[in-house]
Amino acid sequence: MGGRGQLAGGLMFLFAAAAAPLLPDWVVSLVTIAFANALVVLGLVVLWRAGLVSFGQALYYCIGAYAVALTARWTGFTDVFALVVIGGVAAGLMAVLIGFLLARYREIFFAMLSLALSMILYGVLVKSESLGSTDGFSVATPTFLGYAPHRDALGLALYWLTLGVDAIGAMLVGVYFRSVAGALAAPIRDNEIRVEFLGVSVTSIIHIKVVIAGILGGLGGALAALAIGHVDPNMSYWTTSGGFVFVTILAGSGYVAAAFVGSLVFEAVRSFAFDVMPQLWQMTLGSVLLLTILFLPDGLGSLVARLKRRGEAKS
Amino acid sequence: MLTASAILTDGLVYAAYLFIVAIGLTLIFGVMKILNVAHGSFYAFGAYGAATAVGIYTNADWPAAIGFLLMLAMGMAIGLVLGIILERGILRLVYGKDEVIIVLVTYATFLILEDVIVLIWGPQSYAAYQPMVSAGNIEIGELVLSNYDIVLVAIAALLAGLAYWALKFTRYGRLLTTVIFDRETAAAFGVNVTLVYTVTFVIGAMLGALGGAVMAPKIAVTLGIGVEVIVLAFAVVAIGGMGSIEGALVGALIVGICRAAAVHLVPQIELFVIYGVMALVLVVRPYGLFVRAQPRKI
Repeated sequence: MGGRGQLAGGLMFLFAAAAAPLLPDWVVSLVTIAFANALVVLGLVVLWRAGLVSFGQALYYCIGAYAVALTARWTGFTDVFALVVIGGVAAGLMAVLIGFLLARYREIFFAMLSLALSMILYGVLVKSESLGSTDGFSVATPTFLGYAPHRDALGLALYWLTLGVDAIGAMLVGVYFRSVAGALAAPIRDNEIRVEFLGVSVTSIIHIKVVIAGILGGLGGALAALAIGHVDPNMSYWTTSGGFVFVTILAGSGYVAAAFVGSLVFEAVRSFAFDVMPQLWQMTLGSVLLLTILFLPDGLGSLVARLKRRGEAKS
Repeated sequence: MLTASAILTDGLVYAAYLFIVAIGLTLIFGVMKILNVAHGSFYAFGAYGAATAVGIYTNADWPAAIGFLLMLAMGMAIGLVLGIILERGILRLVYGKDEVIIVLVTYATFLILEDVIVLIWGPQSYAAYQPMVSAGNIEIGELVLSNYDIVLVAIAALLAGLAYWALKFTRYGRLLTTVIFDRETAAAFGVNVTLVYTVTFVIGAMLGALGGAVMAPKIAVTLGIGVEVIVLAFAVVAIGGMGSIEGALVGALIVGICRAAAVHLVPQIELFVIYGVMALVLVVRPYGLFVRAQPRKI
């Protein structure tokens, strides 16, 4: 995705932002949640490009969410811009620490160790009665630089905030993908010893990827906490991570935009399946995941690439 | 003193349960290099099957011993059927893909099977405590133990012995060992690897379902039991070293006793301690306690 792709992406974000007042409330809140989660997925895409899957990305999601909720609760400070930054920084710091351990692992061990770390947080939160134990607690109503909207206006404001954070995140990740460290992802996935023979430290590149994914996870969690207005330990449970991994596979790692489209599709399918057949929505998800892996191993994004190739062949 | 012996016995019982669940998972990983998330579903299916069996025998008023055997048989039969369906129907299609992709395939299967449980048994929970009650208690000094727990430990010990014997002294076990060591060389020497894969997966599935069946009387059989089990079994297997049976035994003992100690001394950290121990072990031994060093391929 070069300059043209970024321009198109930027226009899409502007369009989505402009269309907001015309959309019904439920669409606005669905898109807000989907785009908050899309940041976490974007982080997983960063890892997935190097062949790494984290089954514990909910750890950063949960840290971001709780950082926002606790800051608001303990200090009474409710400015969204600062809160979102706090969420991202808290998760990022955790990722720096964890990265020292995690960057040594690959494949299944990477997935499992990150899963264990997120379950540690889950275990701690479930037993913390001062933080509401399994019920969690509510997040204070946020303010925007002193402006304190209510109800519908708040929903719209959070929607725009999420779009803004997403646009910045997507742009920076796009820049990272085109940098040398970002471009080395595929070679690391193929054969990391050869990359080391080039004189590059694979461990430190992976450490950076873990931190990027952690920050994105924290931002996503912070936005989700503000949008939902509630945090609970399930945000750190492994099935939450499983959902994010699901979207990553569905979207594929080819394009930054795929994370957003994938997340939107996932959230739409989920609310649809929940409404129509609440008993069977896990089965729907599982079947979609299975079919994606079998027939679209590079995700929905690869459909775009396929169409493009066909177009080029014709012209 | 009472606490110490309580920790030891509780830990041993919990370890027995963990071992029964983890041995199937580690066997499948050792042979097929598949981290099977659907193992949690095998456990859940086994537990639901056992609950059904308990329902049948309490209604028919059969003696408890037959009921217990019916429970085990039901669990194993369900594992057999599920294992064959999954291996032949789904996993066969993805052999040769990335290990991580296969994990996701089993995760998808797990999601599907969670809802299949709802379709078969409905959303309500089942109680299957009768075998536990009819087994009675035994008092050793001040300690009151359930006979059922003792049977559980005996089953785990039996399984450990059986696995050791089967791997070391039977023809099939020797073949299995060659496949674990090097799949391609084994195939080149005429070992039917496809058959070994199917048999191993089915045995693993039966062990997972057996774990659910023997645990059913001790828990409320309800939705979501597979979810908890799978991460616990992962922790045990990761501590011991993935694919190692003696590792699963040691891992189960470590986790079992640490958790029992936490429950008795500092109940707040019960869940934390399991994964804390796992992270600690992995810091020192990155691939678990009982794993051979792997050469890096250039």
